[in-house]
Amino acid sequence: MQKKPCFLSAGLLFLAVTLFGGCRTIVLFNPKGPIGEEQRFVIIAAAVLMAIVVIPVFIMACWFSIKYRASNPKATYMPKWRESETIDLVMWGVPLAIVTVLAILAWSRTYMLDPYKPIPASSDPVRIEAVALDFKWLFIYPDYNIATVNEIVFPVQVPVSFRLTSDTVMTSFFIPQLGSQIYAMAGMQTRLHLLADQSGTFAGQNQQLSGLGYAKMFFKAHAVSPDEFQSWVQKVRQSGESLDLARYDQLIQPNEDHYPVTYFSAVKPGLFLDILRKYDPNWGKNPGAMNMSVLPPAAAGDAEGR
Amino acid sequence: MLANVFGRLTLSAIPYHNLITITAVGGAVLLALVIAGLITYYRLWSYLYKEWLTSLDHKKIGIMYIILALIMLLRGFADAMLMRGQQSLASGGSAGYLTPEHFNQIFSAHGSIMIIFMAMPFLVGLMNVAVPQQIGARDVAYPFLNSVSLWLTTAGALLVMVSLGFGEFSRAGWSGYTPLTELEYSPGTGVDYWIWAFQIAGIGSTLTGINFLVTILKMRAPGMKLMRMPLFSWATLFTNVLMVWAFPVLTAALALLTLDRYLGMHFFTNGHGGNMMMYVNLFWTWGHPEVYIVILPAFGIFSEVAATFSGKRLFGYKSMVFAIGVITLLSFSVWVHHFFTMGASPNVNIFFGITTMMIAIPTGVKTFNWLFTMYRGRVRFGLPMYWTIAFIVTFALGGSAGVMLSIPPADYVLHNSLFLIAHFHNVLIPGSLFGFFAGYYYWFPKAFGFRLKESWGIAAFWCWLIGFYLAFIPLYVLGFMGMPRRLVTYPNPEWHPWLLIAAGGAVVIALGILFQGIQLFISIKERRALSDPTGDPWDGRTLEWQTSSPPPPYNFPNIPVVRDVDAFMDMKERGVAYQRPAEYHDIEMPKNAPHGLIIGGLAFVFGFAMIWYLFWLAILAALGIIFTVIARSFADDLHYIIPAAEVERIENARYRQLAAAADKLQRDRQAVLQLVPER
Repeated sequence: MQKKPCFLSAGLLFLAVTLFGGCRTIVLFNPKGPIGEEQRFVIIAAAVLMAIVVIPVFIMACWFSIKYRASNPKATYMPKWRESETIDLVMWGVPLAIVTVLAILAWSRTYMLDPYKPIPASSDPVRIEAVALDFKWLFIYPDYNIATVNEIVFPVQVPVSFRLTSDTVMTSFFIPQLGSQIYAMAGMQTRLHLLADQSGTFAGQNQQLSGLGYAKMFFKAHAVSPDEFQSWVQKVRQSGESLDLARYDQLIQPNEDHYPVTYFSAVKPGLFLDILRKYDPNWGKNPGAMNMSVLPPAAAGDAEGR
Repeated sequence: MLANVFGRLTLSAIPYHNLITITAVGGAVLLALVIAGLITYYRLWSYLYKEWLTSLDHKKIGIMYIILALIMLLRGFADAMLMRGQQSLASGGSAGYLTPEHFNQIFSAHGSIMIIFMAMPFLVGLMNVAVPQQIGARDVAYPFLNSVSLWLTTAGALLVMVSLGFGEFSRAGWSGYTPLTELEYSPGTGVDYWIWAFQIAGIGSTLTGINFLVTILKMRAPGMKLMRMPLFSWATLFTNVLMVWAFPVLTAALALLTLDRYLGMHFFTNGHGGNMMMYVNLFWTWGHPEVYIVILPAFGIFSEVAATFSGKRLFGYKSMVFAIGVITLLSFSVWVHHFFTMGASPNVNIFFGITTMMIAIPTGVKTFNWLFTMYRGRVRFGLPMYWTIAFIVTFALGGSAGVMLSIPPADYVLHNSLFLIAHFHNVLIPGSLFGFFAGYYYWFPKAFGFRLKESWGIAAFWCWLIGFYLAFIPLYVLGFMGMPRRLVTYPNPEWHPWLLIAAGGAVVIALGILFQGIQLFISIKERRALSDPTGDPWDGRTLEWQTSSPPPPYNFPNIPVVRDVDAFMDMKERGVAYQRPAEYHDIEMPKNAPHGLIIGGLAFVFGFAMIWYLFWLAILAALGIIFTVIARSFADDLHYIIPAAEVERIENARYRQLAAAADKLQRDRQAVLQLVPER
């Protein structure tokens, strides 16, 4: 038994070194936007708070096993001792206090980091409609009337406002280095707001098993300068291929390998709504809908609301 | 015509083309043939049938449950090795050796098996072996139902195994999220195997829950008030409350999915009014309590082991009972934390976040109670104690990862990542499996009359513990690196080194399993040297240690009277642990019955027939089950009598054995020596 502390401290040290030493590849500890930064804070705060309980547990487990081992007759032996109000009070009280602090923290951060909440910024957000397909992501830029597959580009320091749905099973849209993921589900619209405060290329992925091509459902997100963004939009517009219904029907066929990045210079107007209404013909028409996530923006009273 | 007879079952259902699968099938079939051959050679079929397969004795049923669990542990672990192997090889654009079709089946089978066909039978087996004895009863409340539960669980497990050789298993994960599991996206037989395996075993679990609930509430020995029950019995009571509350939800959810798949209904489909979110809610309404179903009994075992091996009363008994109760109630109020990322409002998410955190309070209290049980004790490091201490330390880590995940915004980045995988393996492996191993080592002498050899056990323990940390700490890191779960191939080569370490950990765990196998083999060979003639090898505190090892069919010749939580320790201290009763009475015990075995067999046929659309066969099997139940309910020759003289003979033999081994007893030697009956 005495060996255990060594293994444990070695393990913890190992974890600490990798977490805070080799930070570049540990993307959640190297966020590139305010959402991810706040989430890193929450994770570290929770870890520190939990350490208040976990470290004493480690110490007591080692200390008690060594001190009160049967081969040590010098230690006090109290076979009938079974209750202590003081200890009871501490052992209910300390976890209660920690959970209270944690709950307050969680409460404020849950509202602050609500994926549906627009990110305050001086510029208008870039709007992207993301559609999960078998097994690729379609991104529609409604304000530019362009679309891409498996690539998004947006300017740095400008909020990106996603509306998401699926034309297949349940999936989850996630760019780890920017923060929050959200499910995309057929016949329903979910929302997500992200912002990159540094330029760069970030890996994005589907985080929810969606079938055979699930592992190939990754994409790249590029945060670029406003000028670069404009020139990228121009580049997409010159691609010459337009996304009409026929092309869309072709696009939704399942792919086995990673689907190459594809640009569409024009998109059928209202395609995103069409996809939603494919599964829920009344989508957006019924303000009494039960689920908050299917409520149309108008019913929520706020264009950027839930 | 053939289509009507054979449904969708054709020869192409057998996976000839897949070398790995066909090897596994071949191996399993070969092993089964060898075992069958040995049984035939030693002419054991009749013994096996009469004494075991049709037995209604809770101890034998418990042992059969545990054998099932150990076999399924091997299968589930083989799946884990294949996954670790695949992710080690599939780096830098390489496809590895598994196709997505195969890989997705493997992780789905791994999860399904480990939860439903490893953890569940293991805990029900331990409950069966220990609980009736612990509360001073001669059997469970419904011995026949117990047999039905066992064979329904076995039928489910058999369906999973058969899916290897006929058709395929589900590719949609153990949680079977819709609409992926709907016919449109999973047209094959895989999801149907998953549905029927879960459904049949789940009904068995509901029946077990009812059985043990009644057993504990109605069959305790005189004097054993609820607040004098040993902690394992308390944990079992709450576990069975959870089973009775939670499993019907799973049954209903699966039934609705079955209607979708078989009759074209639209409960959970994409479109046509179906709502996949409903399925996810229902699944986790069962799924989260299920986590506590597999963990609470282990908490009970740790409590027993900590007190026994510290030679001291359990610290904070009331606190412990209260804590399990709180966990039981809270476990039904946290299910949404499995899908914070579904887009619910912050109001909803924070409610479930805080209820989840609150579970950490009673769990933390329990941890400190175990530690303070060791405090000022005389801690003996027997095998069960190794697992207990390893659990306390390791579980603290996994639990705090869980608290982290309970904060919705943290979950937004950690959900469905390998961090989540690391977390739940970090609570379930120490929290349940280590507990079951502790129970296995603790009660093995009770069930078989000899201990398991310590040296191999310690080697196995260290392999498991070190292997565990090697296998799962890297997954925490990978979660922070943004790696999703369930990837057959991956685009980021930076993940590869960590996956290699994890695979190394799995190999070390494999060694641990090997050593446990060797330990079992050697212990059986050396069973005389390891024998426990006293029935009380650990200086036990609770009633199950009063009976002989293995106990007679009736457990207690006279039902003991309980005066204390540590009922047996109290008797030993008063010098009345081994008193000869004034007289013996006839004892009525349930007769063995084949009906449970038949019902289980027919349930398997029913499940198989439904999976392959052999509806005529399904109808026949269903009628067969109904007929068997009716036949059983008309049987009136249900009991046999053990005459008082026979009880006396068995008990006298037991007293002679005790007296001969009096030097092995820690207490009460004088009393035992006086027990030897006159010749």
